[in-house]
Amino acid sequence: MGDRMRVLVAMSGGVDSAVAAARMVRDGHDVTGVHLALSKNPQSFRSGARGCCSLEDSHDARRVADRLGIPFYVWDLSDEFAERVVDDFVNEYAAGRTPNPCLRCNESIKFSAVLDRGRALGYDAVATGHYARLDRDGDDVVLRRATDDAKDQSYVLGVLDQDKLRHSLFPLAGTTKPEVRAEARELGFGVAKKPDSHDICFIPDGDTAGFLTRRLGTRPGDVVDEDGTVVGRHDGHHGFTVGQRRGLQLGRPADDGRPRYVLRIDPVDNRVVVGPREHLAVARIDGIRATWTQYPVLGGWRGLAQVRAHGEPMPARIDSDATTMSVLLDHPATGIAPGQAVVVYDGDRVVGSSTIARTEA
Amino acid sequence: MSRPRVYLDHAASAPLRRSAVEAMSAAMGVTGNPASLHGSGRRARALLEDAREDVADALGAHPTEVVFTSGGSESDAIAVLGGWRARRETRPRVIVGATEHPAVIGVTGEVPGTVVAAVDADGRLDVEALAARLGDDVGVVSVQGVNNETGTVQPIAGIAGAAHRHGAWFHTDAVQAAGHLRVDFGGSGADLASVSAHKVGGPVGVGALLVRREVRLPPYGLGGRQEGGVRSGTQAVMLAVGFAAALREAESARETESARLAGLRARLVDGIVDGIVGVRVNGGVHVSPAIVNLTFEGTRADDVLLLLDREGIDASTGSACRAGVHQPSDVLLAMGRTVAEAGASIRFSLGHTTGAADIERLLGVLPGIVATARDASGYAAS
Repeated sequence: MGDRMRVLVAMSGGVDSAVAAARMVRDGHDVTGVHLALSKNPQSFRSGARGCCSLEDSHDARRVADRLGIPFYVWDLSDEFAERVVDDFVNEYAAGRTPNPCLRCNESIKFSAVLDRGRALGYDAVATGHYARLDRDGDDVVLRRATDDAKDQSYVLGVLDQDKLRHSLFPLAGTTKPEVRAEARELGFGVAKKPDSHDICFIPDGDTAGFLTRRLGTRPGDVVDEDGTVVGRHDGHHGFTVGQRRGLQLGRPADDGRPRYVLRIDPVDNRVVVGPREHLAVARIDGIRATWTQYPVLGGWRGLAQVRAHGEPMPARIDSDATTMSVLLDHPATGIAPGQAVVVYDGDRVVGSSTIARTEA
Repeated sequence: MSRPRVYLDHAASAPLRRSAVEAMSAAMGVTGNPASLHGSGRRARALLEDAREDVADALGAHPTEVVFTSGGSESDAIAVLGGWRARRETRPRVIVGATEHPAVIGVTGEVPGTVVAAVDADGRLDVEALAARLGDDVGVVSVQGVNNETGTVQPIAGIAGAAHRHGAWFHTDAVQAAGHLRVDFGGSGADLASVSAHKVGGPVGVGALLVRREVRLPPYGLGGRQEGGVRSGTQAVMLAVGFAAALREAESARETESARLAGLRARLVDGIVDGIVGVRVNGGVHVSPAIVNLTFEGTRADDVLLLLDREGIDASTGSACRAGVHQPSDVLLAMGRTVAEAGASIRFSLGHTTGAADIERLLGVLPGIVATARDASGYAAS
């Protein structure tokens, strides 16, 4: 590293990847911008000025590349995205789980399809506008949390392995978002004031339940309490996530009059199980499909576990082998559902990830 | 120091000729609307009519048959849509070739019952098959002289004759023919022909539709009814002057230039076929000296173009882009190629600035580029 490299920058059209590209140019690398077309029909995705998929975003990215004087291309990855991210998202919900499509996209599109194609075309690395840090530990590349806790995106990068990380660059590393915006302004980028994207890019209106119903149809079933007593009906369990309280439309209140939450989804019997808040607490997480940023950690160790992109790091004892991990939280936590990723850290160092298969109180 | 780029995309837009630059520089300072009757207007009008006569002369037309337009696409629309509108009461049908430019294919969405005439594997229309589709309900037949993607030359005289035997008007998109092949409007049997300035080294933004005097087209767009009432809008005198200068230069050198380009094209094709396996040359033997279209099996055209771009070589697929992504060529699909083959095809187009050194530079890097692109798409040569 440090030498002049041939770098492919994934440019979403947002301010972060714009500044990432500018920094790669500033550092003297031979930089090419690439925007990923993730839908066959770009207009069907976002219509506003944000996100990763719309025609406006492609235009914004191209204008940044113009200013930087770098080549810019659009790569059509819509087939791969539909299959590996959108279909996976729908299938996971159909199976009663709660997937994270951004993480899946990083794992199977940005740092897989794009990275592989870029490497084959002679690029040394792919750079993105993610907020995370990379440093060296001997020959290993170490993935760490961003300096700006508020923007840290190490969670959605937790699925990357050493081979991918060796060919990844996160030029925003130790920068805060306000600094990035200021830098974009100084560079004269039109995207300097562009709002952050928060939604799932292929669900532009934010209505995940509606999207899933369009894909999966309605599948009426029972809402039951923990004893199996039917307390309501639903139009499809995919409309619910663990920890949800609103929109349950229960026919009668609980005996104790307290609010009820979705405790679990039972896809086999098409049932949504509800109960009191305290029954949401999870103390043990079992994860499968483990990935490791450096090497598999075998045995028991103490670390931090995180189950959402901007969730709290939770102290835990972790027992892992190459492909699975069990996580015992020091303090039980709520809103943890099968399908989510648990990313495990040693301090600010990302160690690995796995997909939550089951939870226990 | 970076080397000058190798520009092999003349069919997209040719570099401006010096003669056009000089003619336009002189005309740029001329004030006046050619429709004005005062002295300044007369001077502008004289320049415009000089340009019209030059364009007519170069293309074997009479000056009154030259309608200046904004370019090839507008000329095509005025000809095909206008021809259909003029005759729809008695002859509502339009026949177009399957590999026509989008400016012509686009009308199929506007004209109900348009017949699309099939082409063979080389992209050539079968005159007999097309003639069999003709009848007294056909108002307009439109077939390009040279295909913009493959360079395939169509049997225009035969098609024009067949069209006329059935009373249909014949339009030819001659945008890629002009400057490379003889375009003799009067002798060709065409009733309408489209040409574009920037494909022959003139400026972008001007072209012409040649309209045989017996053919009456309705106005296209509303306004001041300039250009024989067909095309409203103040004429772009400076652009017309540049167009005329470029066309004059191209036409005066056409025979020697075509022979020179044919030699370069042959060297390019031989070099590629000798140096790279799994290549197919598209377009057959009746082909423009200025265009060569090749399928590099197992590649993505976008990857080949990226790698060429990195080497300083400008080329294209020749087909439409949507949202910055090349779409599989409709022309190649019409020629029976698969989507994968159509998506693995590149057009190199040559012109007045192309030299032997350009071809050699391309041949020097292309085998490596194709190998890399094949690797990037996971292709294993069988």
